[in-house]
Amino acid sequence: MPPLLVVQNLRVYYYSLRGIVKAVDGVSIEVDRGETLALAGESGCGKSTLGFALLRLVPPPGRIVGGRILFDGTDLVTLPEDVLRREYRWKRISMIFQGAMNALNPVRTIGDQIAEAIMIHEKNVTKREALERAAELLKMVGIDPKRVKSYPHELSGGMKQRVVIAMALALNPDLVIADEPTTALDVVVQAQIMNLLKTLKKERNMAMIMISHDLALLAEIADKIAVMYAGKIVEYGPSDVVYENPMHPYTQLLLRSIPRLRGPKELVWIPGQPPDLRTPPPGCRFHPRCPFAMDVCRREEPPMIEIEPNRYVACWMYAKR
Amino acid sequence: MAKKLLINTELIESKLNELNVGPEHILIAIDLKKYFPLRRTLTEIFTGRRRYVRAVDGVSFAIKEGEIFCVAGESGCGKTTLGRTILGLEEATGGMLLYRPRKEIAEELEAMGFSPVYKDYFLLNYLNTNKSAFKLLRRELQIIFQDPFGSLNPRMTIAEILAEPLIVHGIGTYEERMEKVRKALIDVKLTPPEDFMFRYPHQLSGGQRQRVVIARALMLNPRFIVADEPVSMLDVSIRAEILKLMLELKESYGLTYLFITHDLALARYICDRIAVMYLGKIVEMGPAEEVINNPMHPYTRALRAAIPEPDPSNRFKLREVPIKGEVPSAINIPPGCRFHPRCVYFMEGLCDKKEPPLVKVGPDRYVACWLYAKKEGVEVESEERK
Repeated sequence: MPPLLVVQNLRVYYYSLRGIVKAVDGVSIEVDRGETLALAGESGCGKSTLGFALLRLVPPPGRIVGGRILFDGTDLVTLPEDVLRREYRWKRISMIFQGAMNALNPVRTIGDQIAEAIMIHEKNVTKREALERAAELLKMVGIDPKRVKSYPHELSGGMKQRVVIAMALALNPDLVIADEPTTALDVVVQAQIMNLLKTLKKERNMAMIMISHDLALLAEIADKIAVMYAGKIVEYGPSDVVYENPMHPYTQLLLRSIPRLRGPKELVWIPGQPPDLRTPPPGCRFHPRCPFAMDVCRREEPPMIEIEPNRYVACWMYAKR
Repeated sequence: MAKKLLINTELIESKLNELNVGPEHILIAIDLKKYFPLRRTLTEIFTGRRRYVRAVDGVSFAIKEGEIFCVAGESGCGKTTLGRTILGLEEATGGMLLYRPRKEIAEELEAMGFSPVYKDYFLLNYLNTNKSAFKLLRRELQIIFQDPFGSLNPRMTIAEILAEPLIVHGIGTYEERMEKVRKALIDVKLTPPEDFMFRYPHQLSGGQRQRVVIARALMLNPRFIVADEPVSMLDVSIRAEILKLMLELKESYGLTYLFITHDLALARYICDRIAVMYLGKIVEMGPAEEVINNPMHPYTRALRAAIPEPDPSNRFKLREVPIKGEVPSAINIPPGCRFHPRCVYFMEGLCDKKEPPLVKVGPDRYVACWLYAKKEGVEVESEERK
């Protein structure tokens, strides 16, 4: 069986007045059923844009300019908008948006808000049935089902995030994209939300793409990891291998810059800052910050090299020339 | 002339003895409180009742000169309010803040009619009611804000932002001020300074902006800086660089930091001592490494257990965090130990009845929990019931 989601050479550009921002520039990923892919990278590396692009929700002036998004064999890029909206978006792929817990409608009960998604997609569901399902969903995410009548302001941050997760799961999708689902939450609540996502993913055999800049957090859930830098994937592979033996200098530095509870107290950071995506540096986009930069890195872009099956790295250090 | 202030010196001294205060301490908080009044409901207006958010509810600690003292806790525990109260950005509701200023400033204060309340310590939260005296002191006490995107005026150039504290305090001519701005920019490694002076905040990256925020705090040559989550808004990859800069500046400027954070793993890298706060109170305090590696209070244990580690084998198991429920509101603080509704070691009849004192359990190590208080010989009449 082919993988659930295959993204091939996807390119998403923002056509701003001051130039073209190449936020996602030739990205290929695969996600199997029941598998979790982590998308890691610094802010501005295009990881959220990639998430939006999978639902074809890139805000203007952004546009998908190339590549394919094969979901269960169908190319979402060329699909007519109404079919996509009716058959795929939310029903088969849903998203937990970053900061969505603050975007809940303050004047409607959370039950109504969850029921709305159900009623729009399933025409012959009555309001009562939808509310019953909303109550079940709340129970599933660990909230007292009586809370269907609560308003968002009556809930804590952690509970609101659970509501947002319940909404994303309302139509039982095959794939959930979670964009920084725990930012703005405290560590204790963050751990609880991660536990919830792990449990749900297992129970429902759901595929997930989790987007975050926090590699420590991603390790909690990721089966596979794709590290993005300046619109491109620089390293891609099973998380056990990538965390154990990171190959790209960027991944190595990113992993070493995480503060840890054990081990030596050595402060490590990545000097400089990510490039402006309107005018990315020539050659390897990481070369201005890379401690191992060579001549070839400044001239030519490194190819994606398959080190072993399903393990890729884009770095000249591993290329056979 | 300043008002005469009635201070019970003996009381202060006994409190200072409790805290082991010596000449090395620069800032001391004794039973510091900050309550925010809530808007009254109609019944409350008639009955005269008032309700408060008890953001900081009786906190005592002493910070040594040159130390990095960390206040850790979740959002809503009062750690930011504590920092703001120290700086006089909030007026304390109760308790005392003692501060030992530089000699020159102490002399100026004495010339203004203020005298130290204890040795060479001045009463900070009393002085902040006198504008000119407090302004003088505020040169020594500065803050680094959390959000480098919100704390810089978007309509001012970097040079204007950095010169503003100097103008407010009437220091130097235009040329002298620009020279100081240049020096501060070099100190925070925004070089060459001419490249940055005439830019606007939106033209800088998050890390660069946070350097400007740090430079602004340095303009008046401070001694004590409250750093309120200075790196939490930045990418993990550049956090360490800012922390390293703060450590270097601490050496070159002779600074003392009160470092506010929610991240224990981060605190481990730069802090000398940690105070863990929960709902307005310190629940555990001690040397950073000890508190993190060997947490004693059930809350600190939960906080530590919740921190993710970059180990992908974690994905096969759920993370066990020994804590129940959620943080209650600071308006209705639970009776007894305020952590008891969430505690996994909850002892009925004790924890929900009586508030545990902050007891000394080792050299420089304090815990406020009945699990340890008993061992230290604090009398507990309801112990039998358990």
